[in-house]
Amino acid sequence: MDAFSQLLQQLYFTSSNNEKSRLLRYYLANTADPDRGWAIAALAGTLKFEFFKRNAVKNLMLERVDPDLFAMSYDYVGEMSETVAHLWPDTTSNIELPGLADLIDQFRQANREQVKALLVHYLSGMTAEQRWSLLKLGTRGLRVGLSARSVKRILAEYGQVPVSEIETLWHALSPPYRELFDWLEGRADKPDITGAVTFHPVMLSHPLPDNSAERLTVSDWQVEYKYDGIRVQLVVTEQGKALYSRTGDDISESFPDVLSGVDECGVIDGELLIIHDGEIDSFNALQQRLNRKKPAKKLITQKPAGMVVYDLLTDGNQDITALSLTERRQRLEYWLSRAEARHLQLSPLLPVSNNKQLQQAYTDAAADPGVEGLMLKRKDSSYQPGRPSGQWFKWKREAQHLDAVIMYAQRGHGKRSSFYSDFTFGVWHDNTLLPIGKAYSGFTDEELKKLDNWVRRNAVGRFGPVREVKKELVVEVAFDAIHPSSRHKSGVALRFPRFHRIRWDKPASEADTLTNAKALIIT
Amino acid sequence: MQADKWLQPRDNGLYCIAADYYIDPTSEVANALITHGHADHAMGGHHNVVATVPTIAIMQTRYGEEMAQTVQALDYGASIKLGDPDDPVSCTFYPAGHILGSAQILLSYRGTRVVISGDYKRQPDPTCSPFEAIDCDVFITEATFALPVFKHPPIEQECEKLLHSLALFPERCHLVGVYALGKCQRMILGLRSLGYHQPIYLHGAQRRLCDLYQDHGIDLGQLTDVADVSDKSELAGQIVLAPPSALSDRWSRSLPEVRKAMASGWMQIRARAHQRQVELPLVVSDHCDWQALLTTINEINPGEVWITHGREDALLHQLTTQGVKARALSLIGYDEDATD
Ligand SMILES: [Zn+2]
Ligand SMILES: [Zn+2]
Repeated sequence: MDAFSQLLQQLYFTSSNNEKSRLLRYYLANTADPDRGWAIAALAGTLKFEFFKRNAVKNLMLERVDPDLFAMSYDYVGEMSETVAHLWPDTTSNIELPGLADLIDQFRQANREQVKALLVHYLSGMTAEQRWSLLKLGTRGLRVGLSARSVKRILAEYGQVPVSEIETLWHALSPPYRELFDWLEGRADKPDITGAVTFHPVMLSHPLPDNSAERLTVSDWQVEYKYDGIRVQLVVTEQGKALYSRTGDDISESFPDVLSGVDECGVIDGELLIIHDGEIDSFNALQQRLNRKKPAKKLITQKPAGMVVYDLLTDGNQDITALSLTERRQRLEYWLSRAEARHLQLSPLLPVSNNKQLQQAYTDAAADPGVEGLMLKRKDSSYQPGRPSGQWFKWKREAQHLDAVIMYAQRGHGKRSSFYSDFTFGVWHDNTLLPIGKAYSGFTDEELKKLDNWVRRNAVGRFGPVREVKKELVVEVAFDAIHPSSRHKSGVALRFPRFHRIRWDKPASEADTLTNAKALIIT
Repeated sequence: MQADKWLQPRDNGLYCIAADYYIDPTSEVANALITHGHADHAMGGHHNVVATVPTIAIMQTRYGEEMAQTVQALDYGASIKLGDPDDPVSCTFYPAGHILGSAQILLSYRGTRVVISGDYKRQPDPTCSPFEAIDCDVFITEATFALPVFKHPPIEQECEKLLHSLALFPERCHLVGVYALGKCQRMILGLRSLGYHQPIYLHGAQRRLCDLYQDHGIDLGQLTDVADVSDKSELAGQIVLAPPSALSDRWSRSLPEVRKAMASGWMQIRARAHQRQVELPLVVSDHCDWQALLTTINEINPGEVWITHGREDALLHQLTTQGVKARALSLIGYDEDATD
């Protein structure tokens, strides 16, 4: 655990990617199995359980420190694990710490009361840095500036294999990754994952650069709608089937209706939507199904989930990612005809043969509440995980704008934990402000400092970590779309709201009204 | 006479009515008592200044010989009478252990004793005389690091970290952000005490005050100006001390493979280190940490504590809980980042 803690400290404060890679490879070379595998799991976010809850940590802390001093300290530090790491009373002698795998095991096997005792035992025997590492590890809040993708890249460097091979294997393997290290260190063959029900890393698109549509050679491109749903991957093999989110989370339990009746083997890329007898419902309808771990039968009947499918990665048992999009599309159409699943629909290809028609298709899509714009994919593109350049583009509807008033502010995470960077904003309705959304992006670092300073000077109340501020600052927020929503008091919900401009000059009374906002809903 | 009748916070700083003197005023005034040479306590342009000999020398180095019209040096332990000769305020300086020349100021008037401690610390520091606890009715304390999260490790431990990093990354120039006055010289001595006798390299802004320390009999060993090194690749594996602002400006680009470090009490907080893109945070402070503040106040056991300069609320809460009479003085103009 001490070696792991030291690794985290070094990674945390190192900004260069090369240096990070060097640190991690050094650790891997000098740490035995299974500790290093668990370290990889912790860094790559595949450690799928929490040792303890943040709240349990907080309560243990409050048994040891004055609550007001705790609140003031937390407010200053801006982050729970670090606050506790520094506040926890030091003892004179540090204890011998177990290895990482051992430590994880101890917490995994402990019941709730034992977890508390373990936590107290370790926190009391650790240095502040070790405490921070344990708390971050135990609450799965590890952020040391290393993405899962970078971890895979470094593993590839470590074993001198192409990163794409690690990407393909990744989701079929699990911690502590012994077979992976055996292969990377040349002691065994590459792990065989044929037929495994596992997530395949997805291919992502870039926003279409401004004014580039007129310069495209239209015949090179496949044009489809960009759907307003959730990107998912359906995996069916002889061993079983599953539905994954685009980040690889298994969401099969939440959407049993998508899986039911599909037995044709393949890996299918598509959009999760609510589909009533072939009729696509709004994102708002889908929202009622999201984050429901086990939806009730009634909800499933009322809001049946389905997919609009647009790509095929594996046909039967055969990996076809190296084929061109046009060939994959043909395979997809054939696969779908075999699958005979009514809730799976083919994403139609838009008949576009010149730039004028492309522009018209975009204009039509922008006026269609069911879609977000267009997808343009090179017909000759192979399926490459990640975001390869020049292959796929999304051409989204122009953003919409509203002048809203900042109502509440909250601190951010990670690098931004000492700044108020998450803002709730509202619009006027009958002389009061109603919150309509939250934004935490769209401003520069310079603006963030100014905003933070403004919040500190204009705070009027506090609810836990949330500061209420004077209703005086107007921001022009941009968003992709606005929908009716029964879940919000204002009756509307914004898609991807972000700051567009801070209107330091504009009086709050001149901000927009809820009526203005509702007028932007496309029907 | 009750202290708050003759000693009050004003716009320009703490003001002693009975003596017509300001203590560490933040704009130009007629009469000023200066605790120490940091910029947020000592500014140029006052009419009449009373300070220790090193503090006067520091002010003259920074603001020129003409930094005040009259200056009066006062040694530790010596007293002068201020104000009305028939009803005087007695003023005595005592060491504060903060930086070279730093003083606590004892003002005593009609039987009431007030100690204005300025900035102070309790950790050993070979560049200045150690803090003395002075018996008083009112103790005015700073609160720069007055939160229980702040725990300042011994400086040796942090210098050790720097040397360890130097051994680990011998190809990289270790650029350490340090304030030119106090922190810089203390870091140098910290490294020397661990047996590091290589030349230590200085950014131009650090030079004059290092010379001043040497003039006051503090041996800093061999110091070389970065400007005098014609082949900058020689600085690989060396230590360069520079003002924090130089960590990210163009100046540092001429150095080979810079590894950024910073020595400051704030470096204990990750977000602070991250903001400055520091790769090697060194927790070195010339102030008291939380426990040192409480220990000091306990030891002095004054009738009342006035709190200024930082996180007044936490210390006020703690002292009140302990049954110590305390109040927060809201003095403006002190910049927590200007010195530490
Ligand atoms: Zn100072
Ligand atoms: Zn100060």
